[in-house]
Amino acid sequence: MTRPVLLRGGRVIDPSRGIDQTGDVLVADGKIAGVGTGLSGPDGVDIRDVAGLIVAPGLVDVHVHLREPGNEDEETIATGARAAVTGGFTAVCAMPNTDPVTDNQAAVGFIVRQSVRAGLARVYPIGAVSVGQKGEQLAEFGEMVGAGAVAVSDDGKPVVSGHLMRTALEYARTFDIPVADHCEEPTLAAGGAMHEGLVSTRLGLKGIPAAAEEIMVARDVLLAELTGGHVHLCHVSTRGSVELIRQAKRRGVRVSAEATPHHLTLTDAACEGYDTHAKMNPPLREAADVAALREGLKDGTIDCIASDHAPHAYDEKDAAFDDAPFGIVGLETAFGVAHTELVSGTVLTLPELIRRMSSVPAVLFGLPGGSLTPGAGADLCVLDVANRWVVRAAEFQSKSRNTPFAGRELLGRAVLTMVAGRIVYERALDAAR
Amino acid sequence: MTATLEKDLVGLEFLSAEQIRLILDTAEPFKEVSERPIKKVPALRGKTIVNLFFEASTRTRISFEFAEKRLSADTVNVAASGSSVSKGETLVDTAKNLEAMRIDMVVMRHGASGAAQFLGQRIRSNVINAGDGKHEHPTQGLLDMLTIRDKLGRIEGVRVCLVGDILHSRVARSNLWGLTKLGAEVAVCGPRSLLPRGIEQLGVRVFGRIEDAIAWAEVLNVLRLQLERMEKGFIPSLREYYRVFGVTDERLERAPRRLTIMHPGPMNRGVEIDSRVADGPHSVILDQVTNGVAIRMAVLYLLAGGRPELADAAKGGDE
Repeated sequence: MTRPVLLRGGRVIDPSRGIDQTGDVLVADGKIAGVGTGLSGPDGVDIRDVAGLIVAPGLVDVHVHLREPGNEDEETIATGARAAVTGGFTAVCAMPNTDPVTDNQAAVGFIVRQSVRAGLARVYPIGAVSVGQKGEQLAEFGEMVGAGAVAVSDDGKPVVSGHLMRTALEYARTFDIPVADHCEEPTLAAGGAMHEGLVSTRLGLKGIPAAAEEIMVARDVLLAELTGGHVHLCHVSTRGSVELIRQAKRRGVRVSAEATPHHLTLTDAACEGYDTHAKMNPPLREAADVAALREGLKDGTIDCIASDHAPHAYDEKDAAFDDAPFGIVGLETAFGVAHTELVSGTVLTLPELIRRMSSVPAVLFGLPGGSLTPGAGADLCVLDVANRWVVRAAEFQSKSRNTPFAGRELLGRAVLTMVAGRIVYERALDAAR
Repeated sequence: MTATLEKDLVGLEFLSAEQIRLILDTAEPFKEVSERPIKKVPALRGKTIVNLFFEASTRTRISFEFAEKRLSADTVNVAASGSSVSKGETLVDTAKNLEAMRIDMVVMRHGASGAAQFLGQRIRSNVINAGDGKHEHPTQGLLDMLTIRDKLGRIEGVRVCLVGDILHSRVARSNLWGLTKLGAEVAVCGPRSLLPRGIEQLGVRVFGRIEDAIAWAEVLNVLRLQLERMEKGFIPSLREYYRVFGVTDERLERAPRRLTIMHPGPMNRGVEIDSRVADGPHSVILDQVTNGVAIRMAVLYLLAGGRPELADAAKGGDE
């Protein structure tokens, strides 16, 4: 049994109950035992003075790639889970584009077992929509859910067939899970390496037009409307998509959407000089898209922030732009980037940012967590929002270093992370302050 | 104080007007070397140059090779087929191996945009971009500019229209940067499916009809239309392309002035350009080829550290 912990004198933010007050949080037997002022613990309690720090539910990321099985040189479930807790995340959802694809109950069970073995962040598997992510035959949602899957997605690829997407949305209703889609019309996006615009014209790179995403967003919300299924739109990147989702929500369609810290903060200008750390799919768009995403996040059109953590080996990214793979790591910078740019930039208040990174995604994907209610599992993080730090990719816990934020000064980071009442990450508190 | 060049020549976007003029002016004295019975000067004696061609090229590769040999450099040609490149070696490994052999310069053509800059950042040797994907082909841009200056006596204020597949053309981009920096007026003309997004924002005029381009321009630089553009669905057929966008005598006769006709080659006669135009009195297509050697000699000489005011003297002394 782990020792009880009393986090004393912090600013306690629990967006699930609208709490934002100075107080103490007592953790015992893996659960939140109390939230209040002047709490005292049982004998032998481990008392941590967290005055000046934020105590919040552990962050939840519904979109990560942990590369195991298949590409353990880039990341494993253990290293990805370590990167997660370093970033303040207590739960992450692992996309199924592994090798082999996570498209059956045995593969889902493997991820759950590796997660338990690592004993860090909780890793919830997302099963594939189609067998082998080939876009042809539905995977066995029921058995995958039975083994621990919390959603289905063919992420990395879009579900191209309208019929398959329709069927997936209908079939997923039985298990009450979302179908997460990577929106990309493949014939428009084929061969593209970055956003289609003035920068791609200058660099001589094939562009991916915004319409490639928006066409699929439009299709998906119409199919969600038709079927009553829950469609979750991954990494929304364009102003047109935001508007389509906003309209659909107004009509009452069961659509939810995520945006990444990088799409909320960077533009295609980051690709200048052929920087492959700015190559991701969907690509970084234009300033007007960033502004629309922020507005969408603010008004709730975009429900939550997800990292799309996508590790790649250093030598794969050390290539000509066309030859480099898409994707960047994000678990260890997500909170810092979002806090620096969105809270300091007055898009969201701090409690609202925490809500969009914990309780909202937890509810969307039906996960425990995202709450400090007494009796709930003690998955929490302590954040130091006054901490100025410089992103040093070499210090990442992730196996990969592919970040466009290297060298960037950020404000705010996790200093302690607890999963089921056990401290799984702790930055020397004194040094941090 | 005259301008100097950086370590690499990656593209004209990164050069100042002064640097471009420096190269054009340095090319002038080198033109004469190729007219001599013994076409060799010792300017680059002892320098080792690798011509690294990941894409097929005849004209550009030969032009560089002549330029290098006429400057007395030692050259090695590497073509992608049959080299370690075709066996899956990465560009980084290729770069490191070249560096380990202590070469002085690399002339590279590569299918990926940005490949020349990538290589230049990873090796100490000078890198000259001989065409990278759809990005730039700076020596082609320079030789086109030299040819315009020869023919019209100036570049500033000259109205130049690039015709054809602008979307996939590195030649178009290099021309566009170089010409606008030296004060020319630049336009592009082609089917909208072959014009890149936002091209107007780069300070160029856009013509949707070849007749309008001809009525406006003093110089037409007609780009090669690659067959695969039809296969990939950008245009319906080469036949229709010729009918709608082909540069023909009939169209040129209706122009208010005689236009200078350029083409970077290799030409598709009867597709983007009519044979009578290509072979006609206003065509400077072969002058472009001749100037190509002089431009490449100038670039090689300047990057090797040669002083422009000594370019004339550097020609002295046969090898």
